[in-house]
Amino acid sequence: MRMVPFMKYRQVAAWSSVALLLGAVASLSIQSLNWGLDFTGGTLVEVSYPEATNPEQIRLNLDNAGWNGHVVQYFGSDRDILVRMPPQKTLSDKDNARLGDSLFAALSASADGQIDLRRSEFVGPAVGEELANQGGLGLLAALAMVLLYVSFRFQLKFAVGAVIALFHDVLFTLGIFSLLRWEFDLTVLAALLAVIGYSLNDTIVVSDRIRENFRQSRRGKSSDIIDESLNQTLGRTMITSLTTLLVLFALLILGGELIRGFAIALIIGVVVGTYSSIYVAANVLLRLNLSREDLIVPVKEGADLDGEP
Amino acid sequence: MLNRYPLWKNLLIVGVFVLGIIYAMPNFYPPDYAIQIQNEQGSAAVQDRELTVALSALTESGIQIKSSSLVDGNALIRLSTADDQLKAQPLIQRALHDLNANFVIALNSAPTTPQWLREIGAEPMKYGLDLRGGVHFLMEVDTASAVEDRLEGMEQDIKRAFRSGSERVRYAGTSILEGRVLQFQFADEDVRSKARRQVEESYPQFVVTESDLPSSADGFALNLTMSDSAIREIEDFAVQQNLQTIRNRVNELGVAEPLVQRLGRQRIVVDLPGVQDTAEAKKILGKVATLEFRLEASPDASRASTLPHNYEGRAVRLERDLILRGERVFDAQVGFDPDSGLPQVNITLDSEGGELMHRSTRHNIGRRMAVVFIETKTRDRYEFQDGREVKISEPYVEERVISLATVQAALGVSFRITGLAGDEARELALLLRAGALAADMFIAEERTVGASLGQENIELGATSVLIGFSLVVLFMLAFYQWFGLAANLALIANLLLLVAVMSSLSATLTLPGIAGIVLTVGMAVDANVLIFSRIKEELRKGTAPQLAINAGFERAFVTILDANITTLLVAIILYSIGTGPVKGFAITLMIGILTSMFTAIMGTRSLINLAVGGRPIKRLAIGWSQS
Repeated sequence: MRMVPFMKYRQVAAWSSVALLLGAVASLSIQSLNWGLDFTGGTLVEVSYPEATNPEQIRLNLDNAGWNGHVVQYFGSDRDILVRMPPQKTLSDKDNARLGDSLFAALSASADGQIDLRRSEFVGPAVGEELANQGGLGLLAALAMVLLYVSFRFQLKFAVGAVIALFHDVLFTLGIFSLLRWEFDLTVLAALLAVIGYSLNDTIVVSDRIRENFRQSRRGKSSDIIDESLNQTLGRTMITSLTTLLVLFALLILGGELIRGFAIALIIGVVVGTYSSIYVAANVLLRLNLSREDLIVPVKEGADLDGEP
Repeated sequence: MLNRYPLWKNLLIVGVFVLGIIYAMPNFYPPDYAIQIQNEQGSAAVQDRELTVALSALTESGIQIKSSSLVDGNALIRLSTADDQLKAQPLIQRALHDLNANFVIALNSAPTTPQWLREIGAEPMKYGLDLRGGVHFLMEVDTASAVEDRLEGMEQDIKRAFRSGSERVRYAGTSILEGRVLQFQFADEDVRSKARRQVEESYPQFVVTESDLPSSADGFALNLTMSDSAIREIEDFAVQQNLQTIRNRVNELGVAEPLVQRLGRQRIVVDLPGVQDTAEAKKILGKVATLEFRLEASPDASRASTLPHNYEGRAVRLERDLILRGERVFDAQVGFDPDSGLPQVNITLDSEGGELMHRSTRHNIGRRMAVVFIETKTRDRYEFQDGREVKISEPYVEERVISLATVQAALGVSFRITGLAGDEARELALLLRAGALAADMFIAEERTVGASLGQENIELGATSVLIGFSLVVLFMLAFYQWFGLAANLALIANLLLLVAVMSSLSATLTLPGIAGIVLTVGMAVDANVLIFSRIKEELRKGTAPQLAINAGFERAFVTILDANITTLLVAIILYSIGTGPVKGFAITLMIGILTSMFTAIMGTRSLINLAVGGRPIKRLAIGWSQS
């Protein structure tokens, strides 16, 4: 079987990763994320009309009824309409919570009561902030746990590689969500944590092989051993990515509007996660000068001394 | 060598698989559309007579009844279609209206799990609100102002104690400082230490410190800081009280399986499956009850100055003059009489309440005092308008005496009601709390899912699982052929076990949960892929087939374990930070990881051992690339 000389291109890969991540950071710092209702707080009402309808008309109707600040858009089909309202600073918490009801009443009135309420959500500003904090904390906690577990099971250098790879994947996915202004809500956050899980899976499989090969082979350059390991796991990496992508595309196409963001985030994450376990995790290992000495099974120091009289 | 599993391992795998089938089975019986009838007073049972009235009303209107039963004081009527269910609710409401009791008639979905399955605890999975439709509220109790109110009450209380105590303390001024500190100022040090002794003796909920204010004439200050445990207690009380109010109210909404639960320090989750009218739900949940303390009228009192009431089936007349209302009640807790060891209810009033109570009781020792519980409820009335019968809902006030006890001494800020049985004391404390001054509560989050969207989500979810699953199965079969078949059987077993475990843990299935199942299907084959590539590699190196199989499983095992444990760690974090739907995703992911390790490693191994492990083979083909 022909070997793919992965590590030959590692400089190119590293620089393009850096460039992409800089792009992601730039987009995130310029236009941030398109935060969903879960994080911003506010009100959302999804209604379905008996036949195709026009958001422009609905917007006008709401304008005329004295509403302002609302965003009206199609949701999934041309009969389903989603209306959002940001939290109203002039209203009390109690009145903010009632906004959804009066919004639905206003929509219903302008459609002669012919509409169905599909979904209505209200998230108070305090809750939104809390969810965002918890989410960020969760991501950090996940990365910290990974760092600990991998350095305990493998070695610190592997842990650094894995965490940088995960960081890379999360930042990249966030960057795409920021760049394309896709909505970032709780399910996308959950998907991001699942991306961490998936990408980690990949990285561990590759690292495991690298460790094994380092221990077995007595000579050879580090980059050759890593290349060999990557090639040995390549088949598996491709097949697993493929089966995962198969189900994710099924979810994207058939799962409906509510989990679209979730599916997209995971699809991006799986693709970039596969790349990163090769070109980020392994690359970091080389950069940190992973050597055979790092992987020798440590002999317990006390063991020898005990035997002496 | 040969690859054989010992008998016990094969039996274990078969056993787990059979258990999986049994516990997953309830999910394959579609639930019945049902109507549940409860008495509004939760403790009273629905009788045969009422069920008969309801059933005959349905038969008259030509609605097919599948079956009916009385269980635990509730009646359950099973119907054949969703349409019938919707029609049946108002019919039963109308029919039972003429009987003299209030009933809650709720739409329900009744599981059709066969008896023998139910006996071993096998139940179908629960659906989350995003799949069944309904309302989810997250209520936040304003505990901060409850604490402040209490602090102000204590200020008044201590002032009074200083003024009227056995040893008078002359204070120069008081103020409430930042961070819940109550400050008293005094003119000299002696007075301050006298005050300190008094406070420390009678108000253990405060931590007392001294500070000097050089710029002021009355520069000797005493700082009273409420202890953390005292603050916790006030918060707990405020939350418990609102919890009780909501529980009392939820019954009125006619919800089959409501969930009312405290979340964290100051929040309450309310899940109302099936409820669509959120405005109505909010109105009913927002209503509060109140209390009135009144003396029993003396026998010679004029009719005009008394109010007729009932207590434990007997008529009592209460004085029209009110002692005080529930907003003066701070706390009501079940306690025990230190002398007799019998249960009692300890009541704490605010200072003004204490004064009112003292004024009314000091000259009335030996008379009885009643506590009246007052709630606003709605009642339906049927009326003919334009020749058609229409339903009219109107509010009414329900008053009932929940306690009638003899006044033993002049009462003050805190007093107790004794002579109660354990259950009575608990019930009384609950009602007193429900009617006490309510800490404000507001909606922090609300999510409503319409019934049609819920149904659609179930269908979309089921389709994605099915298609995703089929794609993976086809791919594995095409790529690995016979070995792929083994992996596919393991995948089926995995899905079955996942459903079985979720059902028996009564975990809730949500839309993100379904997404988690789909993802699990995609990732579960990873273990098999790892094993198969290892075997292939061994074969390429020229290892004999049986040895290669063994080595493949052995070597891949550590990798699979490491990879899965790390993913499991991430899923656990997701579970602990997530709310509602995200938790649902984390649960399926966690369970999926565990079941897939079992099926992919042990299940596949057992199948392969059975197929090729028992005989010497010269050539082994895994998929298209042959050795």
